[in-house]
Amino acid sequence: MFAQFLSFVKKEFLHIWRDKRTLFILFGMPVVQITLFGFALTNEVKNAKIAILDPSKDASSLRITQRFAASQYFDIEQELQSPQQIESAFKEGKIKMALIFPTQFEYNLQHGGQASIQIIADASDPNVATTVTNYANAIIGDEQQALLGSKLPYNINTSMRMLYNPQLKGAYNFVPGVMAMILLLVSTMMTSISVVREKENGTMEILLASPLRPILIIIAKAIPYLLLSMVNIGTILLLSVFALDLPIAGSLGLLLATSMLFTITALSLGLLISTLTASQQIAMLISLVGMFLPTLMLSGFMFPIENMPIPLQVMSNIIPAKWYFIIVKSIMIKGLGIAAIWKEMLILTGMTIGLIALTARKFKIRLE
Amino acid sequence: MIDTNSHIITANKLTKTFGDFTAVDAISLDVHKGEIFGFLGANGAGKSTAMRMFCGLLSPTSGEASVAGFDVRTQSEMIKRNIGYMSQKFSLYEDLTVRENMRLYGGIYGMSTAAIKQKTASIVEELHLQHELNSLVKTLPLGWKQKLAFSVAIFHNPPLVFLDEPTGGVDPITRREFWEMIYRAANAGTTVFVTTHYMDEAEYCNRVCIMVDGKIEAMDTPAQLRQQFRAQGMEDVFLQLARKAKRSGD
Amino acid sequence: MYSITAHNIGKEYKNGKAVVTALRDVSLQVKAGELFGLIGPDGAGKTSLLRILTTLLLPTKGTASVAGLDVVKEYKKIRQKIGYMPGRFSLYQDLSVQENLDFFASIFNTSIEANYHLIKDIYEQIAPFKHRKAGKLSGGMKQKLALSCALIHKPEVLFLDEPTTGVDVVSRKEFWQMLQHLKQEGLSILVATPYMDEAALCDRVALMQDGRFLQINTPEDIIHSYTQPLWSVKASSMYALLQHLRDYSGIDTVFPFGETYHITTSHTWQSPEALHQYLQQQGQEQITIQRITANIEDVFMHLMNQPHD
Repeated sequence: MFAQFLSFVKKEFLHIWRDKRTLFILFGMPVVQITLFGFALTNEVKNAKIAILDPSKDASSLRITQRFAASQYFDIEQELQSPQQIESAFKEGKIKMALIFPTQFEYNLQHGGQASIQIIADASDPNVATTVTNYANAIIGDEQQALLGSKLPYNINTSMRMLYNPQLKGAYNFVPGVMAMILLLVSTMMTSISVVREKENGTMEILLASPLRPILIIIAKAIPYLLLSMVNIGTILLLSVFALDLPIAGSLGLLLATSMLFTITALSLGLLISTLTASQQIAMLISLVGMFLPTLMLSGFMFPIENMPIPLQVMSNIIPAKWYFIIVKSIMIKGLGIAAIWKEMLILTGMTIGLIALTARKFKIRLE
Repeated sequence: MIDTNSHIITANKLTKTFGDFTAVDAISLDVHKGEIFGFLGANGAGKSTAMRMFCGLLSPTSGEASVAGFDVRTQSEMIKRNIGYMSQKFSLYEDLTVRENMRLYGGIYGMSTAAIKQKTASIVEELHLQHELNSLVKTLPLGWKQKLAFSVAIFHNPPLVFLDEPTGGVDPITRREFWEMIYRAANAGTTVFVTTHYMDEAEYCNRVCIMVDGKIEAMDTPAQLRQQFRAQGMEDVFLQLARKAKRSGD
Repeated sequence: MYSITAHNIGKEYKNGKAVVTALRDVSLQVKAGELFGLIGPDGAGKTSLLRILTTLLLPTKGTASVAGLDVVKEYKKIRQKIGYMPGRFSLYQDLSVQENLDFFASIFNTSIEANYHLIKDIYEQIAPFKHRKAGKLSGGMKQKLALSCALIHKPEVLFLDEPTTGVDVVSRKEFWQMLQHLKQEGLSILVATPYMDEAALCDRVALMQDGRFLQINTPEDIIHSYTQPLWSVKASSMYALLQHLRDYSGIDTVFPFGETYHITTSHTWQSPEALHQYLQQQGQEQITIQRITANIEDVFMHLMNQPHD
C-alpha cells in the first residue's frame, strides 16, 4: 500500500513539474507580491501636498513654514483660513497632511518657553502617512535644533493625529497577509484543480475502478502542495527578513509549525471543493470567489475587522485566514509565544478536522 | 449531377511540412462538381492537414490548390465564404435553440433575414422539426443533431461542403437517412467532400481517395478500386494500402 | 460458471427535473473466457451498463455480479479483479508511456514484469515510444497503451468501452487481434462498440438500442434469425432509384448500402422480374436485382423497426 501511495505522490510531482507555466506562477508569485508590497513599504514620498493653518503668522511660524516649502518632500498646496477647512481639504483628497499652528505661536514660544504644532495626516494609506509625519517631525526637529543653537530654552511640541486609520494598520500587515494569500492560492486552488482535472480527463474513472483506496488518492494529492507551500513560506520569510528588514520577533519554529497547520486547513478546503465540483473552471471559480475574496476582505489583512459592521465581524470568524493572520502577526511582529495563540491554533485545528471529515464523507466511491 | 469537366477543387503538388515532417507530400487531385468525394486515410496519414488546406485554414508550404475557384494561399477568406463545414466534434451550439443556431449561421454568412426565414422553414419541414424549433440543441437525440448540423452546414447554399467524420456513433437507420441527405444535396449540385472511418461508407461515394503517409495512393470509384486491388470491399482495399504505411502518429 | 451476470438491470438519471432512462430491464450472462460484444449506437446505454458492472454506478434496479461478486455489496473485491478501459482516452497525457504503465502497475500492486506475457505483444509495439508523452501518441497507439494499462494486473474480466472509436481500420484490426489473443489467455471480455461490423468478431453479442437489448446471440445465429427475403438493387441512376423503389408498392423498406440499396418486401411483392420491369418503365438502365443474405446491420435495422413490448 505504501508503494501505491509513493507512486501516486511521484505522479503528482511529475504533473506539477511538467506544467512549467503553472510552476513558474506558483514560485514566482510570492516573490513578485513581496517585492511589490516591499516597494510600497519603502516608497519614498516626494512632493507630498500639504495644507497649513497658521493663525499666528509670526516670524517663528513663518520660518517653519518656509522650511516645509523648501523641502523636496513637501509642496504647500493650500493656506487654510479656519479650522473648519481642514476636514474638507482632506476629503477633497488634495492633501496628505495638514500642519496646524496655534494662535500666538511665537508668543507662546518666547514667553512660555514652549509651543505646540499639530500634524494631521491622512492615514488611509498608512505607509504614506507614516513617512510624511516622520519627515514633518524631522523638519520641525531641525528648527528646534536651530533654536537650541541660539541657546534659548525653547521647546516645540508636535502632536500627531491620524485620520481614517488611527492604528496605522498596513505596513506590517502585508507579509502575514501575503503568506495567507499564497498558502490559500497554492493549497486550496491548486489542490482542488488537480483532483477535478482527473475527473475531467476521465482518469478518475480508472482510479475508482482500481483497488486504490480513495483516502490514498486524497492524501497523495495534498502532499506535493503541502511541500510546495512550505517552500513558498520559506521564500516569503527570507525575502521579508533580508529584503524588507522585517525581523521575525518570535520563534521561527512556531511560525513554521503554525504555517503548516494553516496549509493543511487550506488543503482540506481544496479537497472539499474538489469533491463537490466536476469541472476545473468551477473549482477555480469557487476557490477564487468563494475563498480568496473573503480572505482578502474579511481576514483583517486589508481592512481592520473591528471597524466592520457586526454581521461582517461575525462572518469573519469562519474565515480560516483570519486566525492564521492573527497567529502570524503575534509571532512575527509582536514576538509572542504559544501561550498567546493556542486559541487560534485550536480553532484552525478544529476547522481542519471538520473539513477533512466532510471531505471523506462527500468523496464518492462511484461516479455519481 | 456530376460534371467531370468542371472541377471545384484542384490541387497540384500540394505540400505541407511542419519542421522536417512532411504531413502532406505533393498531392494532386481534382474533385468534380457535384460529386461525393470520399477522403480516406489512417490516423496520421495527412488527411486532416490536407483538408485544412482546402478549407483555407492552413497555408500550403508548396504547390497550388484552388477551391471553389479561389486560391488557397491568397484567397482563403473567399474560400471560407463559399464552403460549408461540418465535423462530428463541433457544429452546433448546444446551448442555443434550433432556430437560434440557424439564425446564427445565416447571419455569419451574411444572409438576409428573409432568406434565413425561408431556409429555416424548409429545413424544419425536411427534418420534421416543427415541434423542436425552440428546443435547445442539446436536448435533441444525436441522430437529429447530426442531420441538423448537416443542414446548417449547407444553410447558405455553398457549392462545396466538407464533412469531417460526420456519422460517428449514430444508429444504422439514422446513418442511412444522413446519407440520403448527402445524396439529395449532391443531386442538387452541391459537391460533398467527406472523410470517414466507416469503410462501408466509402462505398457510398462516387469516388474515393486514399492517403498513406502523406501521399495519395489510390483514387477512383469504389468499384474500380475493388477490381484493381482484387478486394471484396473498400475495407480490403484500405487495409492493403494502409498496411504499407511506415509512419504512425496524428 | 459465468463471469458476468446481470438480471433486470435498470438505470435512470435525473437531468434537472426530467428523468432519463438509460437502461430498461436488461439481463445478460457472459461465460468465463467469452468475448462478448455490446453493439449499439451512442445513447443506447452501453456505457451505463459497463459502468454498473465496473462498480462505478449503482443500478436503479436489478442485480449484477462480476466474477461471482455482487457489484453493489462487493465492489471493493471486484475492483481487484477487473480491467477497465473507459470510452475516452483516460491516461495521463503529460506522463510518458513508461510512466503511465509504471503508475498503473503500482496502483494495482504489481509490476510490468509480473504479467509481462499478457501485454508482451502490445507492449512491444509501443516500446519504441516509451519515453514519448501519452498525449503525443497516435490514436491507435493510445488505444494500445490504454489496453496495456488495463491489463497490467492480469484481470479476470476485461471491460472495454468503445476501444476502437475514432481509430482507423488498420488499428482497429490490430486491436481486435489483440482481443482474440487475450481471450485465448482465458480472460472474459465485455466490449462495447458502435461499429456493427465488429459484431462478427465476438463470440456472442447483444444488440442494444434505446436502453434495451434487441437480441442476444452469436453473430451467426443473429443473421440466421433474419428470415425475411432481402434483395439488393442497383441501377444506372441511383439517386432516382431511391424514389422509384420507395414508390413501388411491393417494397417495405429501402436502405442505402454502399453502391446498392437493400430492400425488404411487403405482402404485395410479386417477383424480381416484376420490379425489374417497373424500374425499366421508370427509365432505369443496367438494373441488377439480387437475392442476398442479411448482415448484422440489416438485422439491427429490422429489429429497430419492431415494436417494443
